[in-house]
Amino acid sequence: MCLAVPALVISVTDPSRALALSDSGGIRREIDLSCVLGEGPPEMLVGRWVLVHVGVALALISDEEARASLALWAELDDGERQ
Amino acid sequence: MKYVDEFRDPQVVQRMVCEIAATAARLPPRSQPWQLMEVCGGHTHAIFRFGLDRLLPDCVEFVHGPGCPVCVLPESVIDQAVALSQRPDTLLCSYGDAVRVPGTGGSLLDARADGAGVEVVYGPRDALELARRRPASDVVFLAIGFETTAPATALALQTARREGLRNFRVLCHLVLIEPPLRALLSDPELRIDGFLGPGHVSLVTGTRPFDFIPAEYRRPVVISGFEPVDLLQSVWMLLRQLEQDEARVELQYRRAASTAGNRTARAAIDEVFEPAPATEWRGLGALPHSGLRLAPEYRAFDAAELLTCTAPVPAETDPRCGCAKVLSGHMKPPVCPLFGRECTPASPRGPLMVSSEGACAAWYQYRQETADARR
Ligand code: SF4
Repeated sequence: MCLAVPALVISVTDPSRALALSDSGGIRREIDLSCVLGEGPPEMLVGRWVLVHVGVALALISDEEARASLALWAELDDGERQ
Repeated sequence: MKYVDEFRDPQVVQRMVCEIAATAARLPPRSQPWQLMEVCGGHTHAIFRFGLDRLLPDCVEFVHGPGCPVCVLPESVIDQAVALSQRPDTLLCSYGDAVRVPGTGGSLLDARADGAGVEVVYGPRDALELARRRPASDVVFLAIGFETTAPATALALQTARREGLRNFRVLCHLVLIEPPLRALLSDPELRIDGFLGPGHVSLVTGTRPFDFIPAEYRRPVVISGFEPVDLLQSVWMLLRQLEQDEARVELQYRRAASTAGNRTARAAIDEVFEPAPATEWRGLGALPHSGLRLAPEYRAFDAAELLTCTAPVPAETDPRCGCAKVLSGHMKPPVCPLFGRECTPASPRGPLMVSSEGACAAWYQYRQETADARR
């Protein structure tokens, strides 16, 4: 029940309430971006991936960190890892 | 899908399994396996779904923790929700899992079959929308969940207050992750060597609720994501700490979680809720300051006020029911005498069989099939 799923922010549907349309594996839903807004307007998040739980985006996904965590296992041979 | 498929890459998984075996082989030998508790039900589900427990060396095993909000829901809360759903012109809304949890007189779905107003929603904002569309009904949202889920309910209540919606109410049973972990760690019979921390709770809380585990109990914690690569990497990180005799909180789920968590989400929680003096947990009893209730400015939205009788009915549990022992890591699900016989996902006797994140349902779904196929 506490699962959050990655979703791509497609477009802002209600800027005053920070609501946006998102796509998660083909499922489109309206989500609340207010917890991940930061300084800028919600439009700045279009094209970003977020983690959504029961309709609320709780975190932005860092592509850099995602790649770093995979690279650790993709590039090194066994035994070289420290 | 991005951020899902690449974290299921079989080649990466294979490499990790080798590395885990190598690290485990370097641990000091002992008679019992090293026990790693996955705190979150989402982790339990992923471990069974992908068979990750079978990829671990014999000397390492998973113990399923109390982090499934559906599983720890006491019968009295379901009974209150059922009572509300039976009021005239009332619509009780909650998550799909919550409506299936058995109370003393059946679940919310049973109540709906008998004519009560019960509706499954995806989240609290949908319940709010129902309240707007049905001004003549009382729309009650049964709010359950840990810190991950609390922000959505807080945001819905802030909106309801702003809009002056008078027919929206919340029956609040939101809980906190730290108190049940403290309760488990203070149990002298339980021997957990390390913890896989709940990545999605940490999106909100950051690492703070887990700091006491290494500090006071000298056990390592790794905050983990939910895909096979995440969980195996976290196991490896825990074994590395054990190998080096270290105990600290590490973050594996770096692509989303951070030490600080989400301050905006926490601010919403702090505005709308306050700690309740004590909250009842299935399997763990009443734990002080372990749950949230509506803050004074939001009391008008408290659905408990609509209840005519608030005294909880003492739960009559089947003495054979093993829920409490499974929840506290003392017993594996199939050892429960009701497992797979009287208690199945189609007709659950205990909440651990309701949610797909419950340890019993996960065992039943992913291990019962194997058992049947061999017959
Ligand atoms: S099998 Fe059913 S009764 Fe037994 S522990 Fe699991 S959920 Fe509880």
